[in-house]
Amino acid sequence: MDIFEILTSAAFWAAAIRIASPLIFATMGELICERAGVLNLGIEGIMVAGAFAGWIAVYMGLPLWGGVAVAFATGMMLGALHGLLSVPFGLSQHVVGIGLTLLATSLTFYTYRVVLPEVSSPPKITAFQPYPIPGLSEIPGLGSAFFTQTPLTYAAFALVALVAFVLYRTPLGLAVRAAGESPAAVAAQGLSVTAIRMGAVIVGSGFMAVGGAFLTLSAFDSFFFDMVNGRGWICIALVVFGAWKPGKAMLGAILFAAFDALQIRLQQTPIGALVPYQLFLMMPYLLSILALVLMSRRAEVPAALMVPFNKGER
Amino acid sequence: MRLEPIAQPSLARRLVPPALALLGAFLVASVLALIAGGNPLAVFGAIVKGAVGSKFALLETLNRATPLIFTGLAVAVAFRAKLWNIGAEAQLYAGAVVTAVLGTGVLPWPPALLLPAIALTAMLAGALLLLVPALLKTRLGVDEVVTTLLLNYIFLLFVSYLLEGPLKDPMGMGWPKSARLIAEARLPRIVEGLRLHWGFALALLSAVALWIVNARTTLGFEMRAVGQNAEAARFAGMPVTGVVLKTALLSGGLAALAGFSEVSGLKGSLTLDLSPGYGYTGIVVAMLALLHPLGVVAAALFVAAIFVGADAMSRALGVPSYIADIMLASALLMMVLAILLTKFRVVRD
Repeated sequence: MDIFEILTSAAFWAAAIRIASPLIFATMGELICERAGVLNLGIEGIMVAGAFAGWIAVYMGLPLWGGVAVAFATGMMLGALHGLLSVPFGLSQHVVGIGLTLLATSLTFYTYRVVLPEVSSPPKITAFQPYPIPGLSEIPGLGSAFFTQTPLTYAAFALVALVAFVLYRTPLGLAVRAAGESPAAVAAQGLSVTAIRMGAVIVGSGFMAVGGAFLTLSAFDSFFFDMVNGRGWICIALVVFGAWKPGKAMLGAILFAAFDALQIRLQQTPIGALVPYQLFLMMPYLLSILALVLMSRRAEVPAALMVPFNKGER
Repeated sequence: MRLEPIAQPSLARRLVPPALALLGAFLVASVLALIAGGNPLAVFGAIVKGAVGSKFALLETLNRATPLIFTGLAVAVAFRAKLWNIGAEAQLYAGAVVTAVLGTGVLPWPPALLLPAIALTAMLAGALLLLVPALLKTRLGVDEVVTTLLLNYIFLLFVSYLLEGPLKDPMGMGWPKSARLIAEARLPRIVEGLRLHWGFALALLSAVALWIVNARTTLGFEMRAVGQNAEAARFAGMPVTGVVLKTALLSGGLAALAGFSEVSGLKGSLTLDLSPGYGYTGIVVAMLALLHPLGVVAAALFVAAIFVGADAMSRALGVPSYIADIMLASALLMMVLAILLTKFRVVRD
């Protein structure tokens, strides 16, 4: 099978959209945080916690959407911790984020061991099943790729539209963007920068956790320790690649996922088999670095990103 | 609420918050131990006993502290200059790879020549590995947190490739591990019969050396100045970019020594599970040490004791050993908050 054949197959694009979905959730979450001025490096740990929380909730008997809600709530709680330390206290967002990732990851692994002490392999749940959208999924070619996905994938794309709408078409979105560009102006309007930033970090972290939960509730049907595997860091690169804009970040995630789907398929070609498989596995991380380098000259970064705001300080 | 700087913090102001932070970490661990069905006092008792309760336990703690001192120093020196090196894990493996390559017989030298040669080459490899993100930062403004994090994944895959390909031990029964080091390339034990190698002494020496660099040299002064205010440092005529790059070389080199010391002193060969996240734990160590080189030694010993003790406790009481990771992560978060509260007071609007 040559590359052209791969790139024109519906199965390939269906896989790319599936791989992109968790990245889209988490990238939107990070984007919300960063637009408000907070770099959230807790993303990796929050995704791990979300993946586990959603999965264990469903395993304990909640419906699948209940699992998504539990993951979202878990993410919001971790986000509240990040927000408290980084916004009103203005602590280093680098240190708080890395600390939160370490905390959330170890809390997750600990809880796993406490809840499931004697299992050698994690139990399976019944995950979200593909739901072909009547009509659209019958469009020849890409119709089946885009519209024979699980409901959680549709939710990911709906979220992009929602985030774009709120950010650019509502007073709330204006306030969030202003908090990331010029917090003093927000405060001068009588709004609380602290409240806006806290809210953004809490909600954004919720979406990161749902991105993690996508892995356990839709992409797979079980929880593994190294499941998230750096996806959080990749999402941070995707936010930069998307120039902090929801639509561009989504396109970036799809492009990225397409590369990922491609490398999996190239591994199975006769030429691909000659190349060490580790090189293929490196591609997502190498691409992320490349994306950061390519975008570095285009300075569209929110002006007050990583700058704490202390009222009364001039 | 807002924060107000305290002009002259009292002694109590400087001591109470950090003490409360450590207490808080123990409190978090106690609650989690209870949830897992363990008695917190029994859990902490077992951790202490497992960490320092016997000669064997104590030596194990010192051995575990060795790589943590190196990675802690690597993080401390970088963070002090506000170079956010989260890639100590990859730099550690870079040092380990060099040790596994040079220590298996390609250089027929006596130990007195071979060991320094390997150590210096290992440092060079780690330094170069961090130089890439540092250059991307200084030249293009690419955030080094993300690039160093991503490099961790890339480099571990590279090591995996090496262990299944060029470096694979033909006598390894199919396991992805490198060939054993020759005797000349092994760091000897400090005292014959005691399971503690010279890597530990090298770690202590590195801490003292870094302390001297920080306190007594121009570079140490410049690194702090750049960390506190890069703009001001630039205005004062300091070569900020050069200082950042030198910091990167120093930091990467120190982290690589952890890999050298683990392979040459402890394990004797390279495997993919050489480091259970020493690079990341180094961040906790450095922060608990307030980025002070000598503090790093104390913090590394503390952190190693908790890890070694938690392993023993877990075997005895069945409470998962991840409780150690939680304790340290919460200690890290509470400590950064506590340090802030030693200098600022919270004022209600």
